[in-house]
Amino acid sequence: MTEERSGASILVESLVKQGVEFVFGYPGGAVLPIYDALFGDERLRHILVRHEAGAAHAAEGYARSTGKPGVVLVTSGPGATNAITGIADAFLDSIPLVIITGQVPTGLIGSDAFQEADTVGISRHCTKHNYLVKDPADLAAIVDEAFQIATTGRPGPVLIDIPKDVQIAMATWNDGPIQRHQRYNPRTEGTSEEITRAVEMLANAKAPVFYTGGGVINAGPRATALLRELQAKTGAPVTSTLMGLGAFPADHADWLGMLGMHGTFEANMAMNQADLILCIGARFDDRVTGRLDAFAPNSEKIHIDIDRASINKTVQVDLPIIGDCAVVLDQMLTEWGTRKGQDLTEWKARVDGWRERKSLAYPSNAQAIMPQLAIERLYELTKSKDPVVSTEVGQHQMWAAQYFPFFSPNKWLTSGGLGTMGYGLPAAIGAQCGNPDSLVIDIAGDASIQMNIQELGTATQYRLPVKVFILNNEWMGMVRQWQELTYESRYSNSYSDSLPDFVKLAEAYGWKGIRIENESELDAGIQAMIDHPGPVIVDCLVHKETNCFPMIPSGAAHTDMILYGDTVAGTMDDEAKALV
Amino acid sequence: MMHIQHEAEERHVLTVTVDNEAGILAKIAGLFTARGYNIDSLTVADITDNHAVSRITIVTHGPRSQIDQIHAQLERLVPVHKVVDLTEVGPHVARELALVKVAGVGEKRVEALRIAEVFRARPVDTTTESFIFEMTGAPDKIDSFVALMRDLGLVEVGRTGIVAMARGPEEA
Ligand SMILES: Cc1ncc(C[n+]2csc(CCOP(=O)(O)OP(=O)(O)O)c2C)c(N)n1
Ligand SMILES: [Mg+2]
Repeated sequence: MTEERSGASILVESLVKQGVEFVFGYPGGAVLPIYDALFGDERLRHILVRHEAGAAHAAEGYARSTGKPGVVLVTSGPGATNAITGIADAFLDSIPLVIITGQVPTGLIGSDAFQEADTVGISRHCTKHNYLVKDPADLAAIVDEAFQIATTGRPGPVLIDIPKDVQIAMATWNDGPIQRHQRYNPRTEGTSEEITRAVEMLANAKAPVFYTGGGVINAGPRATALLRELQAKTGAPVTSTLMGLGAFPADHADWLGMLGMHGTFEANMAMNQADLILCIGARFDDRVTGRLDAFAPNSEKIHIDIDRASINKTVQVDLPIIGDCAVVLDQMLTEWGTRKGQDLTEWKARVDGWRERKSLAYPSNAQAIMPQLAIERLYELTKSKDPVVSTEVGQHQMWAAQYFPFFSPNKWLTSGGLGTMGYGLPAAIGAQCGNPDSLVIDIAGDASIQMNIQELGTATQYRLPVKVFILNNEWMGMVRQWQELTYESRYSNSYSDSLPDFVKLAEAYGWKGIRIENESELDAGIQAMIDHPGPVIVDCLVHKETNCFPMIPSGAAHTDMILYGDTVAGTMDDEAKALV
Repeated sequence: MMHIQHEAEERHVLTVTVDNEAGILAKIAGLFTARGYNIDSLTVADITDNHAVSRITIVTHGPRSQIDQIHAQLERLVPVHKVVDLTEVGPHVARELALVKVAGVGEKRVEALRIAEVFRARPVDTTTESFIFEMTGAPDKIDSFVALMRDLGLVEVGRTGIVAMARGPEEA
């Protein structure tokens, strides 16, 4: 079938063709033709957010929890600029998004027209690729390529800026296969020499560690399964970045917990003492490595990554393998065959020694609920439902990572690279759209939740039963912690003053509100949250000044962890202060 | 007290073949600023009959690891077909074109013309009191010529930046 259609109509058809179920968006003048094309179209479900950052984060939550790309639709100017935070977030965390922005008509571009912003310019360095569409005849091919780029190679956000006249103008459209030049062909396989060498190194290692990251999740459930298989062959202990949690089951005997700044003692010590690090889909981020010249000093390093630019960016590795984690793991398993690795008894005994430090053990408190305990109870009471958990950013996020164990991928949604407060609620909304039968919980902080609080209305409108569990410590706890540890407790602007009554706020939006003030109410409050069929905010008042440990202060080595019970000097030199 | 540390740096010539699409130059130049890389010179022109492909020559300097990153980051851009680090590849020809305006009379004017001949710089505009010399060559040769003209009435200099290519019969 070949016919004349408007740009807006071609866009909608192209999205349907890609299998898009949900569009997270917000209308405005420059996208009215697209909104009109969506009107009454049952094939796409439009979720009307309350702020465009919410649209982008919701699309991220949808993408991360389903493995499918998230789609965003916003207007020109402020619509596009509001979405930028979510786009930048998706860029750093490698989340596949396709963002459609309206633009002023072609003839007005560059004239400072009403609601004009240079969206392509502004988004250039926080998208994997972007387009300004000049002719509706190009749209079908552009959308098709945009989805390919967003979802293959290292996933990421791709933006399509469509001037209003291009949405209205007609072009020939047909429903046949799309003809376009194939110019994006990321490498997915390791060479046989690389694989042979990697397997040899692994088989010879006496103290190996698998250091896994978000790339394993991005490579799909098969990568997770293959990771477990390769681990079973070698018996190596496994640690993960914040982004990779869930790829390896947290109840496995060889699981070390998360590594890095707030990682476990055993994970960081194992990294420090390993003779071989097999990095799979992680990128040696500064939160992970700590002081670079002291990072894993005695190890050889293999780095599997789909993105060549991630290799040797901060840490020099001995063997880079550019490829998709699932494909390369599969190649390694085939090459491994029936091989036997080294006897790891001694290494594992050392690891067990580090486990003995019980770095996640925290002091108890008779007066106030310890935030760690709240997370542990939240996990215990919800685990049978295999929930999807999102977070905001701060101490609560790290506690969630430390005390809420994950066993499978796509259950854990958090803003790792950009560390965006306000991510969790819209991400939970997006995840709930994609997983209507799942229990979806945003573990939030009192400050972060206010950054996209308007999205409560979105959940109400679409009857999405998301749960927001606020660890309310009345502080921007993570900021307060840094000020305590490095600025002699000068708490400059980190107190959460004038907090709203979260229970009343919930009720004002048609949500249920629950407050938990004492440990004795903790389980019942959580249970009431689970049992309520609609959306719930739980305002869980926790101990206000608890710090998040273990902690490697920025610029310190993995061996310089601060644990609960250590006395910490309240200052830091300028070199350390200058680090992020 | 904290001080900013500097690392040893290398100078590299890169050629980048790209789809000749809108915004591509901004994308490449912007990548350098966004990630804190240096551009010493950048030239671009399309090189195919249908204007579909452009070749960009970039001269950059930075620590070794940064040069490798630049290479990788450029390759990661969707419209980029190919990146060649000519400095890595080996011997290559690097050429630049300059226009050099010199004004003067008498002795200095004669001397300027004589030196221009030695450098194979050609006068492309002549008045009784000035010349514009056109000169093509390696950048340091142009540097020397311009330096000599300074005492002989140099008015202004325009340079194209470098285009470069690997020596030998193969495509790099
Ligand atoms: C958009 C944004 N602004 C500022 C920050 C810096 N920041 C990181 S954590 C934090 C405090 C978060 O407080 P809260 O949500 O209450 O979490 P808590 O640390 O108390 O658990 C701030 C301000 C950020 N990460 N994101
Ligand atoms: Mg707080």
